[in-house]
Amino acid sequence: MAEGATKVDLDRAFTELYRSHLRDVYSYAYYRIGNHHDAEDITEQTFLQAYRHFERAQRESQGRPLRPWLIRIAHNLAANYHRDRSRRPQTQLEDAAIVSSLHDTEDLVEGREDVQEVLQGVANLPDDRREALIMRFALDMDNREIARALGRSEGATKVLIHRAIKQLGEELEEGGLR
Amino acid sequence: MTDVEQLLRSALRPVEPPSNMSERVESRLTDIADAAAEELADWELSAMRDPRNWGRPAAAAVAGAAAGGALFVIQVRRQQKQRNAGRRTALERAARDLAAEARKRLDR
Repeated sequence: MAEGATKVDLDRAFTELYRSHLRDVYSYAYYRIGNHHDAEDITEQTFLQAYRHFERAQRESQGRPLRPWLIRIAHNLAANYHRDRSRRPQTQLEDAAIVSSLHDTEDLVEGREDVQEVLQGVANLPDDRREALIMRFALDMDNREIARALGRSEGATKVLIHRAIKQLGEELEEGGLR
Repeated sequence: MTDVEQLLRSALRPVEPPSNMSERVESRLTDIADAAAEELADWELSAMRDPRNWGRPAAAAVAGAAAGGALFVIQVRRQQKQRNAGRRTALERAARDLAAEARKRLDR
């Protein structure tokens, strides 16, 4: 019976995790991949993998939030996706276009060209800087969470984000946005 | 917050998942549950007496239990959407049957 109760508790905990972070995982996948269809696939795979290893993750987390673990799963799946995709010929312009095409024309109609400029700038950043910015600004993760998701120290993460913002700022300035 | 941070906050907005996504997740989980059930059904019971063979059905049971549990997750979402109650009952029954079958096989 004790085992049964534990399973129920685990299911409840996973349900809570799923409900709380579905949007986070989907947002991260969407900004990494650039289209709804593949972002859905990544999100599904993330939660399927998460459920399979949930008990262990919960045990080893020692009460810490599991969002970084979930995002790390999505991060690895997205990396695999891009690795598979890179086997086909692809220009850097196409890569940049992924992120810059995320927002619809409504943004432009509303005079939000700056959004497109920023997304283009983010797309042009090195991978680790881009990923850190997505976690910080789309998911509102703090340095500690991002560090856990990226497998870095908190100090290194702080520097990474600082440099990412600085680089983006310089590029936007060159483009005349700032 | 700097100008760039404000621009980033504005550009990188959270994205809501499509409403039909939970159905696709449910379908995937059901496939896993079905595969686990077939794995258990195909397994020769006599082989269970040999400890060297315990790994395979145990893995199937874990997969089935995982899928069953994950179906529980989807059911919660479906309840939120107040969708077809009859189908949910069938899923619950299938998950329960699967878990019971797995326990029965492992207990033997």
